[in-house]
Amino acid sequence: MSSLIVRTRRSFSTHWYAWAMVLPVVIVLGVLVGYPLGRGIYLSFTDANEANMGRTIGDFSVPSTYTFVGLENYWNILSGKEGSFYPRLTWTILWTLSCVVLHYGIGLGLAMLLNRRMRGRSLYRVLLVLPWAVPAFVAAFAWKLMYNTDNGVLNALLGKVGVAPVDWLGDPFVQKLSVIAVNTWLGVPFMMVAILGGLQSIPRELHEAAEIDGATPWQRFVHVTLPGLRPVSSTIVLLGTIWTFNMFPIIYLVIGQAGGTESEILVTYAYRLAFQGVRDYAGSAAYGIVILSLLLVFSVVYRGMLNRQEAAK
Amino acid sequence: MTSSTVTGAESAGTTAGARAEETTRPAVRQRGERSRLASAALHTTLICASLVALFPIVFIVLVSLRGENGWTHPMELEGFTLSNYTHLLGKTEFGTWFLNSVVIAGGTMLVGVLIAASAGYAVSRMRFPGHKSLMWTFLICQMFPVAVLIVPLYNILGELRLLDSYGGLIITYCSVSVPFCAWMLKGYFDTIPVEIDESGRVDGLTPFGTFWRLIVPLARPGLAVTMFYTFLTAWSEVAFATSFLSSEGKYTLAVGLQTFVGPHRAEWGLMTASSVLIMLPAGLLFFFAQRHLVAGLTAGGTKG
Repeated sequence: MSSLIVRTRRSFSTHWYAWAMVLPVVIVLGVLVGYPLGRGIYLSFTDANEANMGRTIGDFSVPSTYTFVGLENYWNILSGKEGSFYPRLTWTILWTLSCVVLHYGIGLGLAMLLNRRMRGRSLYRVLLVLPWAVPAFVAAFAWKLMYNTDNGVLNALLGKVGVAPVDWLGDPFVQKLSVIAVNTWLGVPFMMVAILGGLQSIPRELHEAAEIDGATPWQRFVHVTLPGLRPVSSTIVLLGTIWTFNMFPIIYLVIGQAGGTESEILVTYAYRLAFQGVRDYAGSAAYGIVILSLLLVFSVVYRGMLNRQEAAK
Repeated sequence: MTSSTVTGAESAGTTAGARAEETTRPAVRQRGERSRLASAALHTTLICASLVALFPIVFIVLVSLRGENGWTHPMELEGFTLSNYTHLLGKTEFGTWFLNSVVIAGGTMLVGVLIAASAGYAVSRMRFPGHKSLMWTFLICQMFPVAVLIVPLYNILGELRLLDSYGGLIITYCSVSVPFCAWMLKGYFDTIPVEIDESGRVDGLTPFGTFWRLIVPLARPGLAVTMFYTFLTAWSEVAFATSFLSSEGKYTLAVGLQTFVGPHRAEWGLMTASSVLIMLPAGLLFFFAQRHLVAGLTAGGTKG
């Protein structure tokens, strides 16, 4: 017992500086993430909504009257009773997958092109990076205007070449393609610049050695470029997946509050549960926890996959 | 930021070198030089990609300059007027929203980066019990969907009477940006030689003194990038702002703009004009920061 105290005291005296310096962050994360998370988990086991949630009106405070309901919210979600979970999950995964693949694929392609010696390279670079500087909500509104069925510029352009106007934001399928296009436009520059940085950190000698050994451009791409990009790629793909899975403003603002719920991803649906109609706080919290669990599982599997690949080499 | 400046200088050097070689030996095709056809294909692809990247931005600028109903005829290029801008600045709350956004994003930036920097430094330099799990926590915080925290935060802020206030939104945004900033800054501090810390210790500085007097000035580019990132995150956040702010005088730009194009109104003229005014400062700042942004991000990732 006393040795434990001694050890704790010694550990404290060597590390107290480090702990003091991380303390503010730990407090912020604890108070603003940890506590709400704990409370969110608790709420997800209750039937809390706007009507039975305790609140303060002027000087009166109304006590909370919601009750503990166990796993009911989760059962409602996972059995598909609430908010057609499985179709929405499928669409969210499709949305994330297609966005990340397009982001990474186009970003890699453009980065490879920009990494060559050529005239006007820095101009292209600036032009291609521009969408990154546009805040997501501005991009969402801009594209919404371009998608306008009667007065949108896209349909006007199509009309010039004799194609009938497309109902970009009406039909559920086209709607999905439309939002993927917006997000791709917005997300490619980040990937492009990150991959470009990664390309420039690959030692040129590796490419030259491969070339002397008679490797074709494709072989050099697969065996030199892609492995060289691995550290950058693994980070940006993980972050990109998490960001896209939780991408709120594009879906929420482009499709709009009235535009039918079929094209909503899990996050926007959960948000709507909490802030529209009868505010279903408990259902929304349960939805959020399910989303978080999905992402956690994904990250652990992804990390494990990377580590196994690393070990196999 | 050393890594990015090195690669930048290096690439500039190679292009200049390539050009010099081309002029001296025009007839012989060098190793890696392209045929004329490949060169044309390369430029065509890049021009097409640039057009796609540029089109929505140029389109918005053009529409904003064409008066209240200019958006209904998107293909015409006439009737240019500044009426949208005068209306926006004179008769709407745009100025207030802009200021609100600046206050909230600026507040988040100062508070967030300050505490993220000290944590990032500690994780980068000191091997204390818990530093590994702290890095993991930072990454996991990236995964929090808005839906998990928004209801509890809404209720907590309601109890603290911080709803519909600057302070409430600033502390909310800190929870979003601090983990990422600490993560990025840790990567940046890793690139600063440890010898500098050691010399500070020899001169009798405390660990915090070393951080504050020696490392912070050296890390200024990295800090600038994180500040910029934090600012932009708060500047363009939609979900929290939409649900936490209820009076029009407190709206941020992201919330205010939604009132222009609600379900029953479509004032695209005002919308486009405000989009341009929002893009201008953000774009300018961005232009200077983007190189460093990625260097900091990838440093954090590869060395985590």
